[in-house]
Amino acid sequence: MTEVELVHGVEISVKHPRDELLRADRLPHIWCPGCGLGIVTKCLVEAIRRSDVPLDRHVVVSGIGCTSRLPGYLNLDTYHTTHGRAIPFATGLKIANPDLEVTVVAGDGDLFNIGGNHLIHAIRRNVDLNVFCVNNFNYGMTGGQFGATTPIGARTATTPYGNFEAPFNLPYIVAAAGAPFVARWTTLHVRQLLRVMRRAFQIQGLAFVEIISPCPPTFGELNNFEDGYAMMEYFRNYSRVDDHAELSTIGLSMKPPDPVVVGNFVDTRKPTYHELERELIERARN
Amino acid sequence: MSAEPRVGEFFMAGNYACAEGAIAAGCRFYAGYPITPSSEIAEHMSRRLPQVGGHYVQMEDEIGSIAAILGASNAGMKVMTATSGPGFSLMMESIGLGVITETPCVVVDVQRGGPSTGLPTLVGQADMMQVRWGSHGDYEVIAFAPNSVQEMFDLTVKAFNMAEKFRTPVFVMADQIIAHMTDRLVIPPPEYIEVVQRKKAMKQGPSFLPFDFSQDFPPMAIAGEGHHVNVDSLTHDERGYPSAKHDVSERMLEHLIGKIRNNLETIVQVEHYLTDDAKVVVIAYGSTSRSALHAVKEARRAGMKVGLLRLITPWPFPVREVERIGAKAKAVVVPEINYGQIEHPVREHVDCRVIGIHHAAGSLVPPDKIYAALEKL
Repeated sequence: MTEVELVHGVEISVKHPRDELLRADRLPHIWCPGCGLGIVTKCLVEAIRRSDVPLDRHVVVSGIGCTSRLPGYLNLDTYHTTHGRAIPFATGLKIANPDLEVTVVAGDGDLFNIGGNHLIHAIRRNVDLNVFCVNNFNYGMTGGQFGATTPIGARTATTPYGNFEAPFNLPYIVAAAGAPFVARWTTLHVRQLLRVMRRAFQIQGLAFVEIISPCPPTFGELNNFEDGYAMMEYFRNYSRVDDHAELSTIGLSMKPPDPVVVGNFVDTRKPTYHELERELIERARN
Repeated sequence: MSAEPRVGEFFMAGNYACAEGAIAAGCRFYAGYPITPSSEIAEHMSRRLPQVGGHYVQMEDEIGSIAAILGASNAGMKVMTATSGPGFSLMMESIGLGVITETPCVVVDVQRGGPSTGLPTLVGQADMMQVRWGSHGDYEVIAFAPNSVQEMFDLTVKAFNMAEKFRTPVFVMADQIIAHMTDRLVIPPPEYIEVVQRKKAMKQGPSFLPFDFSQDFPPMAIAGEGHHVNVDSLTHDERGYPSAKHDVSERMLEHLIGKIRNNLETIVQVEHYLTDDAKVVVIAYGSTSRSALHAVKEARRAGMKVGLLRLITPWPFPVREVERIGAKAKAVVVPEINYGQIEHPVREHVDCRVIGIHHAAGSLVPPDKIYAALEKL
């Protein structure tokens, strides 16, 4: 039975259908109007709800930044760690207890600037993690400075004359490091996001999903996207789904008419750290 | 080699004794990055842990190592890492994460000469202040300073017990001399080794407070056991929810610092040698305490009324014990392989004369140097 309450003569339910998975007592969240993180949260909650793994075994880990505040709103075992260190923290959790379904949700700055080394090594080890990287092309929480994903020419709080540093192309790096699953979608692609998150839970090994998101008050405003909606319009008009894209060519300029190539690019199977470690322990014990 | 616990008498180097102590204490997860002069601990763990069903993870750096052990500890394991000065510096930020999230772990620092890359293969004791104050913010630490191969085993076990009881990072501040010294080690049968098991939270209702500030040692919620706990590097309330409220910050810090300051008598450990009638007392720790003991014995033979106070736990600083010495003696001598790091708190707590012996040669403090200071007093 859903509890209801009368508001202006209309019956509405007191609890949101996803309250079970949210720390509703922590809402409203801290994110800006037009930010994509609400959509990512909604997709993640739905993917976890529909996963075959019991809720008690889902663990979500983050570093520091806007995206890293996400796990704190989930009614699960959640770990908000230090900047850039979500991946090694999650590596420890997962190796210590491989029955946990460990998801890392963090921003591009956390995973590819300060924590870049950890990420490529977790991929090399093929730790069975789901890594959801929300890319908004800048450091949002500190006021919109440039980072490793900021496109050439983009203006940010610390590139007032335009950025001249070449950005990383995330799926290309991650695939090169050997991730068995690599995808990219935008916050416009809610159905695909939900599907890809559910797929990531099934992947044995490190599953990486780049999620392109608007950051309206900082990156957006300084780079010709007047609000969150304007960037969603760009995603709608210029996203191109191509699962077989040549990954070296899908870097992002975030300028129309350049496309945002999205898709599930890599889906393979290779032995995980945990499988190989189990074999080693067997050998050592006999 | 067998998976059975090692028991008996061994001739072993300090670093191996430390690793065996960890295993005897129940450590089943080690993450680390090789660094001289601590590497033998990693090497021994990589061989021994799989035999007992444990995990040896070689991380990409020390920052990853400390993060990985904190993750594994939150999954319910007893965990350790070992390093030396440069790696210890890299770990500092996430040591604070261990403190604020109340995550038990043991960090071994086999000290070498510094600063920077310094003297990789030679002894130092120059991280004694860093271990106390190196991570940003306010906190208390528990640190042991072993002075023998046997203590590399015994104090590592003790460090685990303290970490598990106090839910905080605990440090073994070894040094290159002790780590590479080979000596007799006795490993008692498991039933003779006191091992503290972590108090884990039972599954509870929504009123469960995983960071209950009203208890010094609230039981710990382990990942995957149904607590749905938020473990946060931000200042947080008793539910684990981040908060920027002034009173929450005050209460959280009072809890984190209080749980150590309120229990000094169960942590602080010193050893007296002929201090009762001593007019001059040497205060020393780690390998330096061995030189000091030699000098004190010589001086006694020469008729001088001298003694030795050995700090087994340099942190929390043994205030009461040092004050008592300072009230009786006319002078204290503090030899260290650094420029006066522990001399600092000694000065803070005694009224008598303090003579620091600063030795930064990458070698043991020569007993002669200590003897000469005693002779002059």
